[in-house]
Amino acid sequence: MTDLAIQVSALRKSFKATEVLKSVDLSVRRGEIFALLGSNGAGKTTTINILATLLKPDSGSASICGFDVLRQPVKVRENISLTGQFAAVDGLLTGRENLVLIARLRGVHSPHQTADMLLSRFGLSAAAQRRADSYSGGMTRRLDIAMSLVGTPAVIFLDEPTTGLDPEGRLEVWKTIKELADGGTTILLTTQQLEEAEQLADHIAILHGGSIIANGTLNELKQHFPPAKVEYIEKQPSLEDIFLAIIGQKGGK
Amino acid sequence: MKVWYATRVLFGRSMLHILRSPDTIITVLITPVMLMLLFAFVFGGAIHIGSGNYVNYLVPGIELIAIASGTAYTSLRLFYDRQKGMFARFQTMPVSRASILWAHVLTSLISNAISVVLIIGIAFIMGFRTSAGVLQWLAVGGILALFTLAMTWLAVIPGLTATSIDGASAFAYPLIFLPFISSAFVPTATMPTIVRVFAQNQPVTALVDSVRALFNSTPIGNEIWSALAWCVGITIVAYFIAMRAYRRFQ
Ligand SMILES: Nc1ncnc2c1ncn2[C@@H]1O[C@H](COP(=O)(O)OP(=O)(O)OP(=O)(O)O)[C@@H](O)[C@H]1O
Ligand SMILES: [Mg+2]
Repeated sequence: MTDLAIQVSALRKSFKATEVLKSVDLSVRRGEIFALLGSNGAGKTTTINILATLLKPDSGSASICGFDVLRQPVKVRENISLTGQFAAVDGLLTGRENLVLIARLRGVHSPHQTADMLLSRFGLSAAAQRRADSYSGGMTRRLDIAMSLVGTPAVIFLDEPTTGLDPEGRLEVWKTIKELADGGTTILLTTQQLEEAEQLADHIAILHGGSIIANGTLNELKQHFPPAKVEYIEKQPSLEDIFLAIIGQKGGK
Repeated sequence: MKVWYATRVLFGRSMLHILRSPDTIITVLITPVMLMLLFAFVFGGAIHIGSGNYVNYLVPGIELIAIASGTAYTSLRLFYDRQKGMFARFQTMPVSRASILWAHVLTSLISNAISVVLIIGIAFIMGFRTSAGVLQWLAVGGILALFTLAMTWLAVIPGLTATSIDGASAFAYPLIFLPFISSAFVPTATMPTIVRVFAQNQPVTALVDSVRALFNSTPIGNEIWSALAWCVGITIVAYFIAMRAYRRFQ
């Protein structure tokens, strides 16, 4: 048993002419919240799809809980759950039926109980018997995340989990993510909102130009950052400043 | 065991889809029934099929049209599953990849069987009569099931590869027209040579003639072998192409 939940090395992936991932290395410890940042098109979703066994890498290796994504995809799938960038719920089923469906497929012992528990946890009990295609964007996203928690997988991928949520909904999701991590679940999330990474992540990595160009805790990243300019007031750089500065440096070369 | 369980769960899900989208049920049934009414009561009087009841003559072709348009929904359901991300969700779960596809195929077989039975019922009301015994009924069921299987695997291909809804459903249009250039509605003998050669050598004519012979308890000729060969051939070829497309999803 390794204490690394996710291990990625020298991962490469191209789509026809576009080389999206050149050489990505990552390691995520168990129980950690790991945020993967990057501009649009940086390859965050591609990376997650490879880890979730949806895409094959061109070369390099990746393993989840010690299981290789290419050689042991079934083992990997037993340990993961993916909340993709776009909500994946079955609009013709009710919220409750969606959860029961996933619970059955995951072989959970009491699918109905699991569904009810998750519905109340995500504030969807009142809408449980309504078809999911009548849900608002935020409700759909909450149902989507709830579906990913069925069966308590060891590693959860959340691709931009709070996009489209109102501030309240976002706080709810943040709370859930923290609770999951406290319970020992490993979480790899991508986000465009740097505040989200600042709030949640134990570890932050920045994906740019096909590889990870910065990786560490928020404090470590702050140290790497060119010292705050001494002006009349010293201002701690926000993660946003760090992000833009690092990307600017690399991109300029 | 696990494969069968997951297939059953996913099959239950897509059957619910059918029950909850009344438009699918209506289009699958209405079009063939309207055609049957139209041919029986409007064109029928002007069509000469020799002796016999024209509704009896129509039923086999109408069933094939119902199946061809019914299987088009397999493309659509697969396409929507891909588009809405359900496909990706299932594929990242510990669910056998085969189940995800077979659930759709099973759904198509069962839902088409139901519409075939309903159409036979309506045909009875319109005057369809048959002297078929149990064995002949079973043979008809078998041929139609095989045809459904062939059409379903054919429908899986655009379902897995289409990039738009139109693309996913377009494949059915030519199939729905095939019966019109066959022995489904009129005897092929009166057709101009080129059309007749096409009509007599395409699968619908062989299928229609076989089913008609079974219903009328008349001797079945070689057309039954030709019908079976078409169905099995299409199933095998379509299955392999579909599986190749499916493997792209790993
Ligand atoms: N199936 C595909 N075929 C061709 N190109 C693709 C495919 N999937 C992704 N790409 C390309 O790969 C690049 C990375 O895409 P990806 O979705 O991983 O980015 P991302 O970091 O998730 O971006 P965003 O923040 O916009 O979600 C993009 O240029 C995209 O156009
Ligand atoms: Mg993305």
